[in-house]
Amino acid sequence: MSEYLPILLIFTLASAYGIWYQASRGKVKAKRRRADVNPLDASDFGSDFGSRATFIQFSSAFCTPCRATRALLSDITADLNDVKHIEVDAEKNLELVRKLDIRSTPTTLVLDSDGVEIGRAIGAPKRDEILATIDALK
Amino acid sequence: MSITNVLTFKINSDVKLIDARGPRFGAVLTTLVLSAFIVTQFLPLLYWQLAVFTLGAFLGSSPYSFIYRKFVKPRLSDDVPTEDVRPPQFAQLVGFLFAINATIAYTLGASTLGLVIISFALAAAFLNAGFNYCLGCEVYLLIVRAKSAVTSRKNHEDSYNLPSL
Repeated sequence: MSEYLPILLIFTLASAYGIWYQASRGKVKAKRRRADVNPLDASDFGSDFGSRATFIQFSSAFCTPCRATRALLSDITADLNDVKHIEVDAEKNLELVRKLDIRSTPTTLVLDSDGVEIGRAIGAPKRDEILATIDALK
Repeated sequence: MSITNVLTFKINSDVKLIDARGPRFGAVLTTLVLSAFIVTQFLPLLYWQLAVFTLGAFLGSSPYSFIYRKFVKPRLSDDVPTEDVRPPQFAQLVGFLFAINATIAYTLGASTLGLVIISFALAAAFLNAGFNYCLGCEVYLLIVRAKSAVTSRKNHEDSYNLPSL
């Protein structure tokens, strides 16, 4: 019996992590807006921010969901003049990665019209949630 | 060995796309082989998986992808979901590093340490097979961040050793 103990432990822990992983990835988590938070500087990203909202997507090479996130966000923002999608290569912008505490890719920051981060999604976000986020920023 | 130097790619260059189901099928086989090894402690299973990881990481093709292409894919009729070849190859490289260290530990008689090390490889393969876990997404940036933190600290220390002008 004892030879099955390690394998039971591994599958139990990995399953618990996997369930949490699937539940948490792609969710847009709102950030409480505080008065002392400074807006991000558009020049750091080499592009203007949107007048209504901006999605800043951090990507890396070894990341399959980054492709899906890119396709989704560029599709949604294509028809919207006031919402922008900016993709950042995390590896080449480590200073920003540290400053914004990006730990995995894709991580998408949602900025409001002032360029203040109001939420972020770790993992490929879902279309409905992104659309709802944009609607809330009218 | 540095993970970030073994596989160097440009993010926006044209990338090779593969059938995304292939690596997932490989993860299922890896899960089975490593589970069998952990229960039986039959070392040839570990050596076999080490060889598979080595081929997958450095050649980009392994016996598992061969089985997939030859026997599984012809039986699937859906649209082919594609993915960039780099994330699964990165995962194979991480698997290789765990497997080689586990093999060394077993060879030196530290079988408990070896068991712990290979358990991580099994956990990652199981998460990939069952939960579509993306290892490269979760760990690659952390490795790059840690590496650059070490480099910048070293440069900082070196600057103390410069002769004063």
